[in-house]
Order: sequence, then C-alpha cells, then structure tokens
Amino acid sequence: MIVAVASGKGGTGKTTVAVNLAGSVGTDIQLLDCDVEEPNCHLFIKGTVRHENTVGIPVPRVDESLCDGCGECGRFCQYHAIASIGTKPLIFPEMCHGCGGCAKVCPKKAIADVNHRIGTIRIIEAGPITLTEGKIDVGVAMAPPMIREVKLKMRKNIDAILDAPPGTSCPVIAAVRGSDFVVMVTEPTPFGLHDLQIAVDTIRQLTIPFGVVVNRMGIGDDRIHQFCREQQIPILVEFPDDRRIAEEYSKGNLIIESLPQYRSIFESLWERVWNSVHP
Amino acid sequence: MKIAFTTSGNDLDAPLDSRFGRAPKFLIYDLDSDTFEVVDNRQNLNAAQGAGIQSAQSVAGSGATAIVIGHCGPKAFRVLSAAGIKVFNTDAATVADALDQYRSGKLTQSGAADVEGHWI
Repeated sequence: MIVAVASGKGGTGKTTVAVNLAGSVGTDIQLLDCDVEEPNCHLFIKGTVRHENTVGIPVPRVDESLCDGCGECGRFCQYHAIASIGTKPLIFPEMCHGCGGCAKVCPKKAIADVNHRIGTIRIIEAGPITLTEGKIDVGVAMAPPMIREVKLKMRKNIDAILDAPPGTSCPVIAAVRGSDFVVMVTEPTPFGLHDLQIAVDTIRQLTIPFGVVVNRMGIGDDRIHQFCREQQIPILVEFPDDRRIAEEYSKGNLIIESLPQYRSIFESLWERVWNSVHP
Repeated sequence: MKIAFTTSGNDLDAPLDSRFGRAPKFLIYDLDSDTFEVVDNRQNLNAAQGAGIQSAQSVAGSGATAIVIGHCGPKAFRVLSAAGIKVFNTDAATVADALDQYRSGKLTQSGAADVEGHWI
C-alpha cells in the first residue's frame, strides 16, 4: 500500500502526520520525503545514512557539424529549453525536463544526451523505518524528475508513506501519482478550506481515493467539516490545536513518543486508510 | 530592413508593451517600404516557462533584424543575439514614438539583458 500525505495549503502538518504515521506502524515501513525543495523528515527520523547518490537529468548536446538547422527540436520542446536558430541550436539546461524528445525528433541524429545534475538522494535506516529523501540543489527549479527518482527507490511489498510537497502543481502530481490513497491534511480556517478545495479537485482528476485529516481543531470554525459533509469526503482523524505538539515538533521529536496520548490517533488513521484500500 | 516592436495594439499609435516574452503582439515595421504587419504572440502569454525564448524565435522568424523593446531578460537576449537581432531599449509610450526614436538615432544598441530572468 502506498499512502501519500498531501495538502493544498503549506504548514498544515503534512510532515508531522507522515513521520508520526510511519513511526506508529511498528512493522517495516518506507517513508519517502518527496518535498524535494525542502525535505525535513530526516529531522524527526534519526538513523544511519545507508546510501547516497546524485541525481541528474539528460539534457541535450548538439553536434553542430551534423545540424542542418531544420528547427524540429525547438518546435518539439514545450519547455523552450532548446531554441533552434540556424545551425547552432541554443540550449537552456535549467529549463529542460529531460524528456529526451528533441533527440528523438532530430532527423540528422545530431542530438545526444549529457547528464545535468539536479540534486541528491539519501537513504536513512532508522529501525523499521527506511527514509528515502530527495533534495534538489539550490537554484534548481525542477522538482518532478527528482520526485520520480525518489519513488523509483521504493521497494515493492513494503508499505510506503509519501510526504508530498504543498500546493497542487506538477511536483504534487509527480508525488501522489500511483498512490493507493491520499491523506489530505488541512486546518479549519478560510485558507485551509480554500486550498483544500483546489487539492480535492486535483486528486479527483487523478482518481485516487482520499480522506481528510483536520489539524489544529479549535482554531477557526466548522467550514472544513461542512465542506466534507457536502462533498461526502471522509474525515479520517482530527488533531486538537495543542501547543505541546508544536513545541515537540520544533525540537525534532516524534509526537507519538513525546506525547504518547496521541499515538492512538495515528494508529487509527493508519487503520482507516488500510481498510479503505483493502475493503 | 525590418524592425520589431512589442505592442498590445494593431497600429503605430498603439502602446509599446514594456514586456518582451509576454508581449501580446509584435509589430514588424519594414523601413524600406514603410509598411508593417502585426504578429500575434498570445500563445506565449500563458506559457509556463520560456516565453522570452519562444518570443525571440518568433521575432527571428519574422525577418526582423532589430527590435525596440521596454525590457529584455537574459535568455531572450541570448536567443536574439544568436539570431543576429539588435536589441534597443526604450521607455517610449507608443510604437510610433519608438520608431521616431530609432529613426533619429536616439537609441543605442543594448549589449546585455537589462532585467533579471523570471525563471531561476
């Protein structure tokens, strides 16, 4: 079972839910930090780095002696990473998504791939938890290829929890695609609802089953509950607005260990997700 | 010789658009025949990235060898330079004003991008 933890709005508690959920399972579990612009699961999952590798994407290099300036490469590239001006196409590696299409459409076979580094992956072992973390380099604005690389490290037959990036754009799609269930973490505020609605539209288009976790109950109002009732979206569990949770988070502690009274909520969240995926 | 202008309108009295990559249109003026044509650039208005690069390719395809624009970023400048298109910056209000400035030699050719890129 692959469970993605996502949210429209940032700062609602995705990482808190992901790391504590992983910690509450007890048996072997994979945790994938797909928030590759600023991965932070490792602050809570302390273990030994077992593996580290760099990640690159294939960007084009043109053999100008073979190029006849036909312009097919530039017309094909939707990201405008290659501009065909005469027989010396210009390449913008930082714009390239590494699809390799320009090389395929070149009639003169003048385009080859070269590796362009975008970041690193680390695998950290911490008891039953295997944390795989992707991190793109400073200045790189190309999260989806890194997220796909992180997911390629996933081993079959072991349940996986994915900590997705916030928002609803390409990196989120790259993270949650292929999941069996999406846990959407939100808070009962106008911002929380606004962004949840956009996230719900997105996940529905991907046709992945999902449910909502309401965090910081007690702030705001009942608008999330009203929305979920109208839309027939299950509210999986709720967490109160407890200052101690924030304090433990700020120290890099797992809530399930330092505030054990909350462990059962994570356990029931896992159980509800499990039962939804295995009816 | 043809010269390109960024604009949101359809004639010489139209405002000069200060943006290059996401300018709605390009007015391509032929200095030899004193005629012009307007090239639509709307496809780039909503481009996720690379609007400047694509716009520079469109201008190159129009046959223009110079462009008078408000601002030009680094990637667009690189493509325009590669295509041999001279870049002139102006704060003229209309295409006609910019054309007058060009004709009277008040504009100096730009040697580099005058603004930062919007993507990275």
